[in-house]
Amino acid sequence: MVATAISCAIQGLSGVPVTVEVDVANGLPSFTIVGLTDRAIQEARERVRAAVRNAGFEFPQRRVTVNLAPAEVPKEGSGFDLAIAVALLRTERELPLDDVACIGELALDGGVRGVVGVLPMARQLLASGFRRLIVPLENAAEAALVEGTTVVGVESLGVAVAHLEGRLRLEPAVAPPMGEAAVRDGVDLAAVRGQHLAKRALEIAAAGRHNLLMLGPPGAGKTMLARALAGLLPDLGSDEALEVAGLYSLRGRLGDRPPTSLRPPFRAPHHSVSRAGLVGGGSGLAQPGEVSLAHRGVLFLDEVCEFSRAHLEALRQPLEERRVGVTRVRGTVTFPADFVLVAAANPCPCGRLGQREGPACRCPDDAVVRYQARLSGPMRDRIDMVVDVPRLDGEALFGSCAEEPTATVRERVTGARARQAQRAGSSGVAANALLEGEHLVAVCRLDARARDLLTTAGERLRLSARGYHRVLRVSRTIADLAGEERVTREAVLEAFQLRGQSE
Amino acid sequence: MSRFRLDAADPRWPPELADLDQIDGACGVRSIWVEGELPPLPGVAVVGSRQATFAGLEAARRIGADLGRRGVTVVSGFALGVDAAAHRGCLGAGGKTVAVLGCGLAVEYPRSHRGLRTEVSLRGALVSEYTAWDAPRAWRFPHRNRIIAALTRAVVVVEAGEKSGALSTARWAADLGREVLAVPGSIIGPASVGSNRLLRDGARPYLDVSDLADLLPECAAPGSKAGAHRPRTDGEEEPGGPTPDSGEASRLLALLGGEPVQRELIGRALDLSPSRISVLLGEMELAGTIRSLPGGLVARTRW
Repeated sequence: MVATAISCAIQGLSGVPVTVEVDVANGLPSFTIVGLTDRAIQEARERVRAAVRNAGFEFPQRRVTVNLAPAEVPKEGSGFDLAIAVALLRTERELPLDDVACIGELALDGGVRGVVGVLPMARQLLASGFRRLIVPLENAAEAALVEGTTVVGVESLGVAVAHLEGRLRLEPAVAPPMGEAAVRDGVDLAAVRGQHLAKRALEIAAAGRHNLLMLGPPGAGKTMLARALAGLLPDLGSDEALEVAGLYSLRGRLGDRPPTSLRPPFRAPHHSVSRAGLVGGGSGLAQPGEVSLAHRGVLFLDEVCEFSRAHLEALRQPLEERRVGVTRVRGTVTFPADFVLVAAANPCPCGRLGQREGPACRCPDDAVVRYQARLSGPMRDRIDMVVDVPRLDGEALFGSCAEEPTATVRERVTGARARQAQRAGSSGVAANALLEGEHLVAVCRLDARARDLLTTAGERLRLSARGYHRVLRVSRTIADLAGEERVTREAVLEAFQLRGQSE
Repeated sequence: MSRFRLDAADPRWPPELADLDQIDGACGVRSIWVEGELPPLPGVAVVGSRQATFAGLEAARRIGADLGRRGVTVVSGFALGVDAAAHRGCLGAGGKTVAVLGCGLAVEYPRSHRGLRTEVSLRGALVSEYTAWDAPRAWRFPHRNRIIAALTRAVVVVEAGEKSGALSTARWAADLGREVLAVPGSIIGPASVGSNRLLRDGARPYLDVSDLADLLPECAAPGSKAGAHRPRTDGEEEPGGPTPDSGEASRLLALLGGEPVQRELIGRALDLSPSRISVLLGEMELAGTIRSLPGGLVARTRW
């Protein structure tokens, strides 16, 4: 007697619908699960056996074999429990399932517990044609966010069976509307006093998705500024927001950020984070790292020079490809990781280099060079702008000066983004920060005065090819902010000021 | 590289060192090690803080260059900061320089001065009273300062903090009867406390190279009087290029002196947007009128 049920295996952010096949045959009582499973699924035998019994059903005292198909796809986690139990019960009783997929972990008493990754599973199942879902009650709201899917949340196996038999009518879960939970995250730009150059750099970074390095002593306000950048980014589209929420769901971190929020995420991992925590990995279900939790938002690395070389090296792929591959014993999964990087560093190990007040910097020259060299290579190449964030003295901090609020600046940013999107119509490169090579030169059309300037300045300042491209990209964004068709001389001059000292 | 030992019997022995035997409490120098070729002495010492401000470094470079161009040997201590700037300024202007080390000649110290070391030994000399592998010990540096003072006719202190080693060079110079000059520094911050105190105690102010004219006739170059009150330009660079003379630009330039200023404050003072300030500063930086420094600072380099 064979019966089936549908569940979902997750790989990275995508997944595969899994058919759970249960065969009950004569023979010595046994319970076997096959189909490239992990430890958690093997343990499902004990959970399912107890849950079925305690929910008031009979567990067959026969030879039970469960196969999770397709058998070559690795499967992980406890989310298959419910589907296994349902399929098992279907061998004995009439349980119309049609195209309903079941996700959930069983408790020994027959209860259904929440699992991670329900949102991406629901998206995957919908894409594969499964429009009806039974999920744990606590995951119902997130699954319901997927439009076109009917989700029923259950708190126990008994309720799920009653619902399937039609004895109990459960209302489909209703998702909160997107955007409603949008907490205004973090810091308003107006709350940061002074630092106008840095704020301008943030505006440009937000408009062109340029990565930014802030150099300044501790306490200068770098963290606040980075938080303010997240506020400058335009709202996410609901598809993008779902993608982001999916990543949080995989990590079981929807509590950190409401899945309905349209605001770009902000992540600020400490430099003691593990490599797996930063770029993704883990021993069980492959989990997205901080770089993916910052997807479509801001990744802030404070004290970036304190991150180990291996960590910074690991950021190379996400910075270049906007996604990250996590290789594990059972294959490679890929997570999206398209973020704006904001790195912050002290100018020297003691943080006082270039500071005018207070004790002077006592770092030997070569220590400073070594310190800054930690940020060399792949990171530096991907950072378009460097801005000094000095500690300001009283006059600069408290002198009266109108500070622009985030909302005003974000309007300009949105306008610049729209211009980029319009240009991208043909090429498909949506942000200036992603422009490369010939395409970059084609898009960054300079007016005559700007071209003159770039030629003379390139010679004067001994600009490398890379530095040249960086200036081009940033000046394109500056021109976009100003609403200019072509890159002007002023835009190039300003971009020069944001190129950092190392060029 | 030729490295040899000199003693008083050698015809190349600088006779100025004998002056050290005249003063009480000074250890006379019996022999020195030399790498390179000793240029004509006595010269002028340019010494100062290892952690100099931008203005200090720029001053040291200029003084070194002004002396070097006039054929005056620049003597200094080969340390980081002012010393190195003076050596470099002098070499850049085609002059000759003597570096008096606080360690043996075979010891590479400071490590980052490898390039400068070669240049000095080709166009002047590295000098030390210590044997080749003597390590750079803290006490050796103030000790070698007496040699710096002895080899000169005047000592110019560029930027010295309260306890700077340059002050010990100035003391030796006074004891040896050499002229002591100091570059007036800002009274804000600790950078020039020591050198300004020297001025109060009677050192002569150094404003430009003509201040050495009574000691060294070659420093009274024609025309130097006329420009005495204008900070001198370098000569190797063409004089201040025309800067865009919009009202904003000239107001901005007026704010900037040789002392670095925070961009933030420029924006406040002129009430201009940060992007406008960046454009103006960018234009000036290209013209070579100003320089951006770490920490969001800007300083004027040309007038």
